[in-house]
Amino acid sequence: MDVDPITLAVIHAGLEQIADEMDATLERMAFSPVISDGFDRASGVYRPDGELIVQGPRGLPNFISVMAWTVGSVAKRIRDVHPDDVYIVNDPYLGGTHLMDVKMVKPFFYRGEFIAFLANTGHWPDIGGRVPGGFSSRATEIYQEGLRLPPVRLFDRGKLAEDLLDIVFHNVRVPDERYGDIIAQVTGLTVGAERLTRFLDRYGKDTVFAVIDEMQGRGERLMRDAIATIPSGTYVFEDYLDSDGIEQKPLTIHLELTINGDEATLDFSRSSAPCQGPLNSVLATTIAGAHIAFRHVFPEIPVNQGCFRPFNFHIPTTTFLNARPPRPVAGCAAEVCQRIIDVVLGALAQAIPEKTYAAPMGTVTNVAVGGEDPRHGYYVFYSFIGGGYGGNARTDGLINGNPTIALARTQSLEVLEFSYPVLFREYSIRNESGGAGRSRGGMGVVLEFELRRGEARASILGDRGCFAPFGLLGGKSAQMAHHTFILGGQSYEPPHVTKDEGVFMQAGDVLRLRTPGGGGYGNPLERPVESVLRDVRREYYSRATAKGEYGVILDEETLEIDLESTVRLRERLAQSSYE
Amino acid sequence: MGKLAGVDIGGTYTDLVVLDEDLQTLSIRKVSTTPQDPSVGFIDGLEFEQTVCTEIDLIIHATTVATNAVLERKGALCGLLATRGFRDVLELRRRDRPHRYGLWGTYEPLIPRDFRLEVTERISAEGDVLVPLAESEVVEAGQTLSSAGVEAIVIAFLNACANSDHELQARQLLEESFPGVHVIAASQIAPVFREFERTSTGVLNAYVQPLMNRYLTRLDKQLAARGYDNGPLIMQSSGGVMTSRVAESCPVNTILSGPAAGVIAATQIAAASGFENLITYDMGGTSLDVSVVSGGEPPVSSETELGFGMPLLVSMIDIDTLGAGGGSIARLDAQGLLTIGPESAGADPGPVCYGRGGVQPTVTDAAVVLGQINPEYPIAGSAGFSFDVNGARTAIDEKIGRPLRLSPETGAAAILSVAIHRIAGRIRRLTIDRGYDPRDFVLVSFGGAGPLFTGSLLKELGIPCGLVPRHPGTTSAWGCVVADLRQDFVSMVNRRLGDVDPNDLERTFRDDAEQGEAVIRRAQIPLRNIGVFREADLCFEGQTHVIRTQLPHGVLTTANITASFFEAYRRRYGHVGESFGGFKTLLERIPVRLLNLRTSVVGVRAQVTLPELTPPPSASLTQAVKGIRPVCVEGRLVECRTFERALLPRQCRLEGPAVIEQPDTTIWLEPGISAQVDDTGSLLIEVN
Repeated sequence: MDVDPITLAVIHAGLEQIADEMDATLERMAFSPVISDGFDRASGVYRPDGELIVQGPRGLPNFISVMAWTVGSVAKRIRDVHPDDVYIVNDPYLGGTHLMDVKMVKPFFYRGEFIAFLANTGHWPDIGGRVPGGFSSRATEIYQEGLRLPPVRLFDRGKLAEDLLDIVFHNVRVPDERYGDIIAQVTGLTVGAERLTRFLDRYGKDTVFAVIDEMQGRGERLMRDAIATIPSGTYVFEDYLDSDGIEQKPLTIHLELTINGDEATLDFSRSSAPCQGPLNSVLATTIAGAHIAFRHVFPEIPVNQGCFRPFNFHIPTTTFLNARPPRPVAGCAAEVCQRIIDVVLGALAQAIPEKTYAAPMGTVTNVAVGGEDPRHGYYVFYSFIGGGYGGNARTDGLINGNPTIALARTQSLEVLEFSYPVLFREYSIRNESGGAGRSRGGMGVVLEFELRRGEARASILGDRGCFAPFGLLGGKSAQMAHHTFILGGQSYEPPHVTKDEGVFMQAGDVLRLRTPGGGGYGNPLERPVESVLRDVRREYYSRATAKGEYGVILDEETLEIDLESTVRLRERLAQSSYE
Repeated sequence: MGKLAGVDIGGTYTDLVVLDEDLQTLSIRKVSTTPQDPSVGFIDGLEFEQTVCTEIDLIIHATTVATNAVLERKGALCGLLATRGFRDVLELRRRDRPHRYGLWGTYEPLIPRDFRLEVTERISAEGDVLVPLAESEVVEAGQTLSSAGVEAIVIAFLNACANSDHELQARQLLEESFPGVHVIAASQIAPVFREFERTSTGVLNAYVQPLMNRYLTRLDKQLAARGYDNGPLIMQSSGGVMTSRVAESCPVNTILSGPAAGVIAATQIAAASGFENLITYDMGGTSLDVSVVSGGEPPVSSETELGFGMPLLVSMIDIDTLGAGGGSIARLDAQGLLTIGPESAGADPGPVCYGRGGVQPTVTDAAVVLGQINPEYPIAGSAGFSFDVNGARTAIDEKIGRPLRLSPETGAAAILSVAIHRIAGRIRRLTIDRGYDPRDFVLVSFGGAGPLFTGSLLKELGIPCGLVPRHPGTTSAWGCVVADLRQDFVSMVNRRLGDVDPNDLERTFRDDAEQGEAVIRRAQIPLRNIGVFREADLCFEGQTHVIRTQLPHGVLTTANITASFFEAYRRRYGHVGESFGGFKTLLERIPVRLLNLRTSVVGVRAQVTLPELTPPPSASLTQAVKGIRPVCVEGRLVECRTFERALLPRQCRLEGPAVIEQPDTTIWLEPGISAQVDDTGSLLIEVN
């Protein structure tokens, strides 16, 4: 079927619009601030076998290929399909990420025919389990991480399964707010169904599906063209995660990336074995990480099933990147997935450094604090923090970027202080944290808060405390994460540096988080002296760093550039690095 | 009413409309903007054609002083005072990135880090003072900043929305100690939750305030010297006008002044022609403003983003701006690809064809080289001035044509085609993003450069019909003439609705209304009536997103506020409780939170009566023919008839290729496009 270019554009954009409206509905109605303010959610339309038709353009990137996986596993389990059914699922091994990402899936019928699934996912602030917020860093089985739901009917032919809801609400903390999130998720699907029906009425089912096929073909062609611009060959790169939270040893992600014409093969088989702690990844999340990395390098390519086709993956179950039940997986979506992106970027940098980036901060630093507020009762406060991006051929690294897997913003400090018994003492740019380079890395962040009332348990699940975000083409690596508690006046640093759970806090106790910057790009001695001066004036780094790393000498009082000494110092430093 | 003048100062041109209701005359004037001091162009334009300031009853003014300062980053040098530990709130934003995919790009806040200082103080989220304000530190910081040469200081403390005492205290201290410095308390500009967005709004206000005040003071003085001493009214981004005193204290409200006036005018003009679903498309010398008007109501938003990391929390007409105008520069980028804008040749030197020293080819140069624009009849041209066609051709040849191995004409056509593609892409996204199909809308094009591309855009977008107002080059000035007076108030409540006494709300609304009415009456403008619109930002407890809900007239009760909210909630989300029975009652169990109250006080001005704008249908079309001119169409020179817009009789119909010329713009009808003058004088453009 031939479709004219305007219709093609309108239908393509119209489908995205439907998914976007599903996202907007979910986001605006949600009670979980992680969904409504943090955008930790996604919506989409899928074929009856689970293949992606369209996903909302503002959805969390991490879910781009994961949701298709979720829907596929629902499709396999369904016996009879009914338009007024809604399935709920969060099993990472069937659903694709960690337990907190609760997915809802609804069959879609058009004129009596079952032609698609509508689905969405939203991050719930709590799903039960050993710690509030779900980010246990010492879980050794998924059973400890929270309530695990296989695809089950939340609505059976339009009737709410109240028994099921009772089970859910008896197993999660602060269940009242989850009512609101369930309503938001279900309404998102209902909005989608209605819009899609109207859309098909207007443009005709055959035309719409012809456009879907055409767009997938185009997506595949664009991705193949992009891959073909990378010189063929095999590129090997590895990077590490601090530890699994249980055993004090790093986890290795080893990638052998082979570009062969317009196809890419990613072999992760020499990565570490499955681990005891929650730093395992499920297959869907591992693959999603690889796709996102390519999207960051080739951002102009649209997301659809077509652009997944030129990729082959080798990720055996003997690695922690394709763990099997009952391994714990709480860290997969946020931490492991970001390192997978770093590794893919690192491998690509060997072939096309001008198109990629020095490493970004590579950690979400999940923080969850739960306890009893004498004033407002039981609460779970879940938050995450940004860090610096890597320098690149075009610009310095961004200060306080959001995770490469997500678009999630951090919440307003005022809103958090209003809602939870916490008082922030500092929120600032972390000086010196970006790696030196011709384009320097972006700075990480310092966030410090105090518990104001009552007692609480705090958990952190972060990374990059032992292995710094790498620099590129002579750029330096960034500062690593560094987190400190002050408990009863005593300083306490987690033994696993970036991971801990159930840390007991009382009113007045403090948690200070310092997140990594991004790596530097290119030789720091080539950074324009004016840029170095500007950086020092802004206290991004000190005069000493300007001298030691960038070879720029600034007057102690006036900060004026001593050009003559600078030239001499830069020559000498260049010489010594050459020797 | 008498004699009304609307004046819109854009980046390139200053537009004036003088309507004499008694004599039933409308005079239109377009002069070059004088960027050094925009009031010079203002006065020159106004005094043209024997208009004497003393005879004018009312001057209404839209200005881009604030907009340009922000977009070109040419605002005042400012400093910021923050709560100790939080000076970086402005630079950290809410943790985001400029591109969804792709990890490049940085962020430059309007106040760099070395101009942001911290003072000891702390207020809790509940509004309690936890740490008192260290007054000496405030003065010390003020000293540091003022010796660094700042013109304005923003005070943005944490939780000042819950208790603004410290901000006000610090403001007073600074005002006393540094009388020459503008001091802005962020909580007074946007008294709402969320520290980054509120700080950003305060910073934007400070960034433009010194310039705006200098400008308005100068303007008032010059008008007074010429016998007009009412002070002009200033158009705000909300689409309503206010006195210049009000604009001076809150200039950030004028950031979309001109574009808002354009949307108000376009809505009114299109309504007269019977259309209420519009895509308004206003293209001037430097930028392009698009708004989607559905059901005859310009969309108003409470929050907008002026750029990456620049949120602004004030009520404004929802307008999207793109850096593409007639003066946008065409160049080849690093990869050798032809790109247009966002750099603009502006008013000075302007496009190459202006012959004022411009050397970079622009969109206008391309249209001149192709023959679409009459070189002997330039926009705002004075007698004897004509465009330098050869200069434009040479520039296109040198910078675009030869490097791409194209003839100058083909190079010019490529420039236009890239520009149109870019504009169409943006319009398509904006309409579709809002859930509309552009094909259900009428494209209303105006601005000096807009109408030229109407036909091409209609084809590119698949929109069947376009409308070009009778005086498209001065639409925003016209919007000034017809706009109402308006004052917006917002106050934060942030409590459960059940815990709020509706009498307190009534009192806030009444106070706002009184204050707004007083301000409006002080302007001494004849009004038909003053309307008060009461709205509340409401949500269910726990939600982040609020619904801006219109409240009922008459006595407020918890019950009728709740009912209004449920109604608005249902309208927005429709489906709650319909297919899934149990949910409606579930939702109604959740407490409702009242975040903000919003009062809009609107002084509805006396209706203006319009003179006839075009000759009657019986007039002869031949009279309107100016001549025949070759225009380059798809690489061939085609002889096209040219018409004088003012002489086109109502109901006459023209087929492309043809050119319609008028002093403020040119309309190019390409083959396959036709145009018809309707009874209001607007031109309806259709794809055959």
